[in-house]
Amino acid sequence: MIELRGISLRHEDEHGNPTTVLDGVDLTLEEGELVLVSGPTGVGKSTLLGVVCGLVPRFTGGSLDGDLLLDGASIVHSPPRERASSIGYVGQDPAAGFVTDTVEEELAYGMEQLGLPPETMRRRVEETLDLLGIAALRDRDLRTLSGGQQQRVAIGAVLTMHPRVLVLDEPTSALDPTAAEEVLATLTRLVHDVGTTVLLAEHRLERVVPFADRMVLLDRSGGVQVGEPADLLAVSPVVPPIVELGRRLGWSPLPLTVREARRRARALSLGSPPDPQTTADAAPTLEAEGLVIARGRRPVLRHADLALRPGEVTALMGRNGSGKSTLLWTLQGGLTRTSGRVRVTGRDSVALDPGALPPDQRRHHVGLLPQNAADLLYLETVGEECDAGGPGTRAVLDRLVPGIPDDQHPRDLSEGQRLALALALVLAGDPPVLLLDEPTRGLDYAAKHALAVLLGELAGAGRAILVATHDVEFVAQVAGQVVVLADGEVVSHGEVRRVVAESPAFAPQVMKVLGAPWLRVDEVVAARTAAGTGRGDSR
Amino acid sequence: MTGRDGRSRRPGSARALHLPRDLHPVAWWLWAIGLAAYASQTTNPWLLLLLCAVAALVVAARRSDQPWANAFKLYAVVAAFIVLTRVLFRIVFGSGDSGTVIWDLPEIPLPDFALGITLLGPVTREALLSGLYDGLRLGTIVLCLGAATALANPKRLLRSVPPALYEIGTALVVAVTVLPQLADSVRRVRAAQRLRPAPESTGFGRRTRRLRRFLVPVLEDALERSLALAAGMDTRGYGRAGEATPAQRRVTGGLMLAGLVGVCVGVYAVLDSTAPRLLAGPLLVVGLALAIAGLVSAGRRVHRTFYRPDPWRWPESIVTLSGLAVAAAGWWVAHHDLAIAYPDVTLAPQVSLAALAGVAVGLVPAVAAPPPRRLAADLPVPELQGAA
Repeated sequence: MIELRGISLRHEDEHGNPTTVLDGVDLTLEEGELVLVSGPTGVGKSTLLGVVCGLVPRFTGGSLDGDLLLDGASIVHSPPRERASSIGYVGQDPAAGFVTDTVEEELAYGMEQLGLPPETMRRRVEETLDLLGIAALRDRDLRTLSGGQQQRVAIGAVLTMHPRVLVLDEPTSALDPTAAEEVLATLTRLVHDVGTTVLLAEHRLERVVPFADRMVLLDRSGGVQVGEPADLLAVSPVVPPIVELGRRLGWSPLPLTVREARRRARALSLGSPPDPQTTADAAPTLEAEGLVIARGRRPVLRHADLALRPGEVTALMGRNGSGKSTLLWTLQGGLTRTSGRVRVTGRDSVALDPGALPPDQRRHHVGLLPQNAADLLYLETVGEECDAGGPGTRAVLDRLVPGIPDDQHPRDLSEGQRLALALALVLAGDPPVLLLDEPTRGLDYAAKHALAVLLGELAGAGRAILVATHDVEFVAQVAGQVVVLADGEVVSHGEVRRVVAESPAFAPQVMKVLGAPWLRVDEVVAARTAAGTGRGDSR
Repeated sequence: MTGRDGRSRRPGSARALHLPRDLHPVAWWLWAIGLAAYASQTTNPWLLLLLCAVAALVVAARRSDQPWANAFKLYAVVAAFIVLTRVLFRIVFGSGDSGTVIWDLPEIPLPDFALGITLLGPVTREALLSGLYDGLRLGTIVLCLGAATALANPKRLLRSVPPALYEIGTALVVAVTVLPQLADSVRRVRAAQRLRPAPESTGFGRRTRRLRRFLVPVLEDALERSLALAAGMDTRGYGRAGEATPAQRRVTGGLMLAGLVGVCVGVYAVLDSTAPRLLAGPLLVVGLALAIAGLVSAGRRVHRTFYRPDPWRWPESIVTLSGLAVAAAGWWVAHHDLAIAYPDVTLAPQVSLAALAGVAVGLVPAVAAPPPRRLAADLPVPELQGAA
């Protein structure tokens, strides 16, 4: 139905050196299939999606070669607005693309542009509200919706135009596990019941691989491989933990769903399970008691208690909008609390309340990496930023991501590099407590692993670390303790194996397959090697 | 009115029309303009205060719980400020009027070139009163417009513009949404920058540098958001080409251009009494007609529909008619009862039954308009990324 023929995209830098993003991509999308675009960070997944919906090269620049056919007719030169009736696009941040301000008007917007008669619009809005399960939200202001609701409204807003192809860029990256499942269930329903073709890019393969009919794997040189997910994942540089496990254990064919893997794992003889981590009984570096925050008359945090110990990484989890960011900013002192107590005990054993400190002093006691790390950066080159950080900053940055040239502009860095630079600046204050808000957004598995190793090292140096995240696989890698926040209260707090074992939504894939207490692939491999049954690295 | 007949025939239909819904924004604006028209034709303080009371009452009775509904307070403050300034000006710049001196301030002599202007000096009751009446008149007009802003949904109003102006309307709507977003990113960036060490900046240009490193992320954020919004609008079909032929486009353009030229020359001729009369009225009318024809022709090409347009039912007509009635009453009083419309500052101002009744008609919407829709109670506020 949609056919990409020899699509190539090149950018030229200021010296006229071309860089190839896509190189001769051939791809055919059939009616009613879900195609997953995958690859490491920065290989051009978003670019490929942009070419299909028409935003590339119009909004991004670059020179495009090749042809794009819709039902045999070339649409490569028609702008996105002319493709709108057949190709629907939902971007990475759905809230940024909202045009109106209520759910119902947003759903109708595209149809108004197409000039559909009012009766049709009325009918389709009602159908879409029901199809996506958002009928209760119809009058709501779009800004008051949670992330998952916004994502579903954004999908609904393009669905009302009855597009034949739906193009989605990272539809579940910003969502908590439950909301992500809802969105994916919606997409599968569209594929199965309506026959919509779905083309989506996603970093969190563990979430989408079970639903994909075919996969497109992009590589650094701009080429693509297209095929069945099971075939491509055998060679892909980015794989979900379940495939990683299958590869290490030499399973063939590779399991793609938890169910398949569980059947394979029945015959598996595992060594002794990993020892539960002993909790450090050192005095907590940060202690918070009875934190209450109200915005207007609405409580955001009601009576939250928390203790962060030195040498320990704690993960903060919870639904979108459950108050995670609010808690971090309160601990940092940037948000004033309605009541409660926060105490930070540094290396000098003096207990301080960060909220009572002058704003410029807080960073020496509590470091916070905010959700949008780019907000921190404003100087013109990486070198200047490092100078501003002080003598040790460059060294920290080089440990995180080596080899960023001094004269590069911070805005030209990749997502992971920018995060590293911001983190290096936050660490310049040498705070005993480090808080991170959603640091894994836009990172691939390799970058996430590097970040996990780094956080482990920072904790090893005696820092207390709190990471707010939706990424259960990242939590399994990095955290020793988990705090789950719901409706402004701490609902569970404890050792990671115990907490995630209790909740199916927060359990990582390895635990879903092998059961508690297994968390990570490397644990399984190590246990089998120790027991003498492991095949070692079968890659 | 049809409503009365309807009620007698189908009991309950009047109640159906009074179920909560948003009144057409154009009706509110016409009503408010009617009130403002009355206010502009009188300086009688009783009538002006009564007009303010009418506007405030209707706003209190029929405003929604949407954010713009709080605008009325702001307008009330502005109106009070206008009245105060007018009175203060009368005191500071003197009046030169003869009358009862109530406060004898020393006069500050000014140099010769400022002839005719006096600073301070004796303050007469008459001067104060005329300042007060004048300020009240302007303040009332502002308050009436404030009532319209508080009652009518600004976005729905922009949706009521003719189809040919749709693009401009959308641009305005987007501009309206961008402002709160900008405030949001200012707050976020300010909070984020406290989390990092600041570069050494001393001496010359320190302040500009500080401003710059604050503005760069904010503007960048604004630019990114606008691009994302533009992409979002484009992928959803905004600005799809209609089926106009080049010839049609030329005709529309020609009509609009000729119409605008006609209107400009016509307005000039009307205002300049030395211009030939033939140019004044007729040219203005012809220009307006051409411009309207252009708009209609452009609108016909626009292939766009509206989802759930605001209906125009009899409450809308009644609200509009009440506004017109108030304006007409104002005109009648100003032309037939000069002593009441423009009371002498030396005497206590009087009112007549007709003038009072004219104002009171403005209260009709408090009953005739349907109550506004209430939003679902206690909506959660979006999570904010920190504030300092």
